Amino acid sequence: MLEKKRLNTAEYDANFSDIHPPFETRDAALVEANRCLFCYDAPCTKSCPTGINVPKFIKQITTDNLKGSAHTILSSNIMGAGCSKVCPVEKLCEGACVFNLMEEAPIPIAKLQRYSTEKALEQNWQLFQRKPSNGKRVAVIGAGPAGLSCAHSLAREGVSVTIYEKEEKGGGLMTYGIAAYKVTPQFCEDEVNYILSIGGIKVKYGQALGKQIQLSDLQQQYDAVYLAFGVGLARSLSIPGEELSGVTDAIGFIYDIRTKGFSAVSVGDKVVVIGMGMTAIDAATQAKRLGAKEVTMVYRRTETEMPCTKAELDIAKLDGCEIIWLAAPKTLIGKDGQLTAIECERMELGAPDSSGRRSPVVTGETFVLETDMVIKAAGQMPYTDLVSKTSLQHKNGCVTTDANGVTNLTGVFAGGDCVNGGKEVVDAVQAGKDGAKAILSYLNL
Amino acid sequence: MAASLHTDFLGIQSPNPFWLASAPPTDKKINVLRAFEAGWGGVVWKTLGSQVKNVSSRYSAVDFNGTRVMGLNNIELISDRPLEINLREIRECIKLFPDRAMIVSLMADNNRESWHELINQVEDTGAHGIELNFGCPHGMTERGMGAAVGQDPEIARMVVEWVMEKATIPVITKLTPNVHSPVPTGKACVEAGTNALSLINTIQSVTGIDLDSFVPNPNVGGKSVFGGYCGPAVKPIALKMLTNISQNNTTKKVPISGIGGISTWKDAVEFMLLGSTSVQVCTAVMKHGFRIIEDLCDGMLNWMEEKGFEKTTDFIGKSVDNITHWEDLDINFHHIAKINPDKCIHCGLCYIVCEDTSHQSIQLTYGKPYNTYTVKEEECVGCNLCKLVCPVNDCITMEENRVAPEYLNWKDFQRLGLPLNDH
Repeated sequence: MLEKKRLNTAEYDANFSDIHPPFETRDAALVEANRCLFCYDAPCTKSCPTGINVPKFIKQITTDNLKGSAHTILSSNIMGAGCSKVCPVEKLCEGACVFNLMEEAPIPIAKLQRYSTEKALEQNWQLFQRKPSNGKRVAVIGAGPAGLSCAHSLAREGVSVTIYEKEEKGGGLMTYGIAAYKVTPQFCEDEVNYILSIGGIKVKYGQALGKQIQLSDLQQQYDAVYLAFGVGLARSLSIPGEELSGVTDAIGFIYDIRTKGFSAVSVGDKVVVIGMGMTAIDAATQAKRLGAKEVTMVYRRTETEMPCTKAELDIAKLDGCEIIWLAAPKTLIGKDGQLTAIECERMELGAPDSSGRRSPVVTGETFVLETDMVIKAAGQMPYTDLVSKTSLQHKNGCVTTDANGVTNLTGVFAGGDCVNGGKEVVDAVQAGKDGAKAILSYLNL
Repeated sequence: MAASLHTDFLGIQSPNPFWLASAPPTDKKINVLRAFEAGWGGVVWKTLGSQVKNVSSRYSAVDFNGTRVMGLNNIELISDRPLEINLREIRECIKLFPDRAMIVSLMADNNRESWHELINQVEDTGAHGIELNFGCPHGMTERGMGAAVGQDPEIARMVVEWVMEKATIPVITKLTPNVHSPVPTGKACVEAGTNALSLINTIQSVTGIDLDSFVPNPNVGGKSVFGGYCGPAVKPIALKMLTNISQNNTTKKVPISGIGGISTWKDAVEFMLLGSTSVQVCTAVMKHGFRIIEDLCDGMLNWMEEKGFEKTTDFIGKSVDNITHWEDLDINFHHIAKINPDKCIHCGLCYIVCEDTSHQSIQLTYGKPYNTYTVKEEECVGCNLCKLVCPVNDCITMEENRVAPEYLNWKDFQRLGLPLNDH
């Protein structure tokens, strides 16, 4: 039975409290900061898509130069505060930390990054000076990580930026698509406000491309346009029964949690989540934390091929989620329009596919799980329809650009998930920086 | 046979060579008894002498990379307790722990009578020895005492002569490091008859400044003064000065009690290898308490057994002759850094220090995320820097690669007219 308000406020608060708490004291931060070896041409920096000079910002913590530390981080990654909470650091900076090669715990880079950047946000340190306006105007579609990063880079150079955002708040998937125990809505709002505080950026909310605004109009009204509208559609399972009540998708589910509040989101007794990406984990763990009795994750390959990190999988396991490897959904079974069970097919691994991972092959053996809620988290789809209606070149809905975000349309640039099909926040931030650079060069600035 | 730490210093017996230096930890009975209970071999009771008044605050420290008290300085003067109380407590401590060394540090007013009177009173307690404080660098110097004596060999000679007229127990003269060399004063004191020397006292210092109030540390009501620096940071300076004393033909004739940043049994062994018969510790106990004596003894004993030394005199002074003059070093000795690729963690520290500050002898081969580093053997001068900064033990080793088999020093080198600047 799908039910709202399964828990009381105190239980929600406990279940959704910060999963990676910050350093409590300066001393605690210094113990870790002082462990950093201050590597040269550091592997952590090379493993960060935005290239944050990690040893430098950690060294600056040890010298009590927190402002400098925050500047080091934010000058490479304006969403450095948010990334310190949501980055899968175990496969990025912390995963590359040389201490791993000594079988020692890596430096807690994310936690230290949070230490510096949180202070910058709290104290509203203005670390960047906007150059005087140069009269150039750029439209940015989407106030997510790529759009905000691009807008900030442009604003710094004196460009006047207008961001068009379809939602009522900025932050994109950071605000609407990530587990609430990683970032709170308040934090997302604070981070967006901090980014916008540089000046020269206007955000127009409730403006969706193809609806309230059209690309061709923007091309005429602005000196350049940057597309950063992301991805957003849940991939359908293409199996019978998807229309049944009780079948939902992870993006919508998480969106509801982030917008309506915990008690207003319905969750079943026995929840099945399809997929094993980051979003699947966020959906499964949050279903459990909303009060679902049982949560089972179904994935058609094995742990070796799963897209989520080991750290993420551990969160799900610690939350008590069951995992069924090598199983694919076959039929969603219902009664009177209501979901009651899911039939799954046992899989085995065959030859490697185009991603290099061994592809799952049906065995013919099936099994049935009783369920009243299935959350589809088998990937996100690009806005193919939207893109097809423009003259943008694209590949299966993903906008085609060169390495710097230049599209086939003069003066139109693109980056982030709408180009790459869906990657990490930190990748989107870098795409925004690259796009801004290309735009500045296009505008001869 | 098991090794023994038993120490005989001019007939002063102690179960181990570890004495507490004359300082706050030895200024009253309660501390000294706690030290003896913990196992310390002896104490040098905090300096007795003129009437003084201490200020607040008294200490300040230098921290480094998150480690507290790499160096400590103090502006405390000699004992500010009444002399009679000190003398009574010294007597009581000797009675309770007769097997421990009790040396009393003295700094009398600058006249013969004062010294004679003080020595008389101290000998009456049954103390085993006297240490003359010619080194205190703050407060007392303004009155012509402490380092003011130790910095002038002739004044030091005079005072030692006064002392030796009276003293019947061994006299150790403690030298100041606030001189270009401890030898002139050390020599004068030995010539004047001191039975032994101890060094170093603290080094004049400013440990730091509060960046908000602009007042240097330690802050005494908005002002500061130079304080005496001690702790691990001063050990290398102490070892150098100890070597000067151990190598000089006059000063090497008397036993030495080594002082200066000794925190571990290894430090102590180093002081003893350079000629100390006993060692004195202060800062380390001011940081950790007396309990460190356990590992000081245990560690030294285990090391001695490993090396086959039965008593401390088997190794005291063993390294004195290994410090020579630069011109006697073997120019044909050469070694080259070698990086063990299996141990390397790719931190790049060896590369950047060699590239920026040494001889550009390390090759960086780009990798993402891990670069590979190798030594350009023909460029390496064997300076050790890469090995010193490498965070992995034995990852970088220095492999011997002599220029020629025979010993060749600078004097021969010049005499033979060999080519310069071959690097």
